[in-house]
Amino acid sequence: MEDEQSFSDIYGGRLALQRRCYSPSCLEFCLSCPRITLRSLTAVTCTVWLAAYGLFTLCENSMILSAAIFITLLGLLGYLHFVKIDHETLLIIDSLGIQMTSSYASGKESTTFIEMGEVKDVVINEAIYMKVIYYLCILLKDPVEPHGISQVVPLFQSAKPRLDCLIEVYRSCQDILAHQRATSTSP
Amino acid sequence: MVLKAFFPTCCASADSGLLVGRWVPEQSSAVVLAVVHFPFIPIQVKELLAQVQQASQVGVTVLGTWCHRRQEPEESLGHFLEGLGAIFSHKPWFQLCRERGSKSWSCKATHWQGPTSHAASGEDQVMLIFYDQRKVLLSQLHPPAVLPDRQAGDTTASAGGLAAVFDTVARSEALFQSDRFDEGPVRLSHWQSEGVEASILVELAKWAAGPVCLLLACLLSLVSAASACRVFKLWPLSFIWSKLSTCEQLRHRLEQLTLIFSTRKAKNPAQLMRKDLIGQLADALIPVADHVAKELQHLLQWLMGAPAGLKMNRALDQVLGRFFLYHIHLWISYIHLMSPFIERILWHVGLSACLGLTVALSILSDIIALLTFHIYCFYVYGARLYCLKIHGLSSLWRLFRGKKWNVLRQRVDSCSYDLDQLFIGTLLFTILVFLLPTTALYYLVFTLLRLLVVTVQGLIHLLVDLINSLPLYSLGLRLCRPYRLAAGVKFRVLEHETGRPLRLLMQINPLPYSRVVHTYRLPTCGCHPKHSWGSLCRKLFFGELIYPWRQRGDKQD
Repeated sequence: MEDEQSFSDIYGGRLALQRRCYSPSCLEFCLSCPRITLRSLTAVTCTVWLAAYGLFTLCENSMILSAAIFITLLGLLGYLHFVKIDHETLLIIDSLGIQMTSSYASGKESTTFIEMGEVKDVVINEAIYMKVIYYLCILLKDPVEPHGISQVVPLFQSAKPRLDCLIEVYRSCQDILAHQRATSTSP
Repeated sequence: MVLKAFFPTCCASADSGLLVGRWVPEQSSAVVLAVVHFPFIPIQVKELLAQVQQASQVGVTVLGTWCHRRQEPEESLGHFLEGLGAIFSHKPWFQLCRERGSKSWSCKATHWQGPTSHAASGEDQVMLIFYDQRKVLLSQLHPPAVLPDRQAGDTTASAGGLAAVFDTVARSEALFQSDRFDEGPVRLSHWQSEGVEASILVELAKWAAGPVCLLLACLLSLVSAASACRVFKLWPLSFIWSKLSTCEQLRHRLEQLTLIFSTRKAKNPAQLMRKDLIGQLADALIPVADHVAKELQHLLQWLMGAPAGLKMNRALDQVLGRFFLYHIHLWISYIHLMSPFIERILWHVGLSACLGLTVALSILSDIIALLTFHIYCFYVYGARLYCLKIHGLSSLWRLFRGKKWNVLRQRVDSCSYDLDQLFIGTLLFTILVFLLPTTALYYLVFTLLRLLVVTVQGLIHLLVDLINSLPLYSLGLRLCRPYRLAAGVKFRVLEHETGRPLRLLMQINPLPYSRVVHTYRLPTCGCHPKHSWGSLCRKLFFGELIYPWRQRGDKQD
């Protein structure tokens, strides 16, 4: 069962939230970040090449121009492979755990899985960052103290959706967590 | 209540039979380890499981039945399988079924109330998680980094569900010894039945590795016995050995080689063996040494004049300046004397650089030390003079104030001097005070030069340490067999049809490279400076000699 909705992030860019429900106990949210625009790419390339040309007129060394081309190419590849995130996925499996995947623009995927036994709760937190923003995070249990929290893991850090999108995800997560708590306490 | 069944991918195409594995009640998950095929005698199956349980301390039991329908649906087989539930009683009893060639699986988990009631009471939903048995067997799970404010022992209390799965598979080696192709009473299907591709060359290499390693071990033991013999412990040789960082590095390398024979360090500077490069290096060394000496001479001429506008005591200036100039002259003549032999020596020394980049770097560090030996000598002369002057000044200053250092009580006491003692003391005090700027300037200049050389050598040592402590084997393992070092797992949802159970694929998430280096860092043989900045400044001020690099095992000066 698939569902697609359109939201916006804190800077005003367009986000697409895709929700897939495999079973009552397994849910997947896929948030796609705004793509890299032609305008920003052209602007960066022109700046670098103009600077290189300026240096070339000063030094009369043609190596600078080739170096500028290499730098632009390598920089673009590095940016796509290490920095630019294409979409972020959240997979919740009842009684197994929560998995976060970030897929980069070059296809690389980095995954983290947190077992359900370590998850205390999923909450929406407030942060003050030039203005007030909201973010969804997972609270992990403290092994030593039963009511304490050992770590806070923020979700959707590169997409940075707004509150309306977060509420959607939050409600579905709470459904599954409530179901999991109810079944785990029963023998 | 959702139950989880971990099913090995190698058994997905196996024939029908019994599921054998371990049931973990805390996570309500069943880890299937193998499939027992028909025909079997239940008594023998129970015996085998008891043996495995005793050998591996893992509670292996029969968990349920597995049905792979290759032909038309066989109702008789279905009833037979259900009947088995009565023989091997296990709660809950799993019944996994797969249609021929299709992706549709079905599984049920039932709780038997007893032989009297046949109604399926309490059927639970089952989630199937596929895992690659061989990779999970060989993998080592690395728990996330412990938080700094917690002790390391606390976090192991909650052994997570996945750690239990990895643990179960890793410890059940005894179950995987016999296969369905073996002639035994019980025929099992597990990861061994899949077969692994092998290469003839790899097998031959494995066979040859034994004798080769033995031979290398003998050679290395001969070399280490030779180096440990008494001749090398005599005074001149042992002093030189301890000062040269190359020998330390060679010793380290010998230890490493003895430990793991076939470790050849990655960077093999074979190009150093080319004659023209050695020649170029040798040709470059003499002019560099000349250049250094010329610069030193200029520096001394500058000091003998009026350096930075300071007025020096002419006589002392000339004495010290001429003394150091004579040293430089000696040094230059020595270098020129050695110049025909430098190339030959460098070539032979460069041979030993085939033991790795670290040895080459250590040789470089030693060459720098030898070339700047005159700077070291000047530093020692300047420091000793300055030290004497400072001690004399402090003692005469005490005399000037009418005090004395009491050696017995280790403190300053008042003392009544005679008039002539006071007179001579004051005279000497003034002489020393007025000669202080000259000596201090020479000391300052040569200390700075010495510190520069020490810094360069220190940087080379740091680089050598870094290379030494790099865990090449772990990095290679992470590159070639990433499933061996696991940071965690990742799940992928497989094709899902409504009404069928949820199927997931569990894959191993490899450890990032930064954590590999951090966890498996080798112990370094590096010698770190033993002084803090404060004590270093104090020593510099009082003119005491500084020895920043002490090798491990040396006595303190």
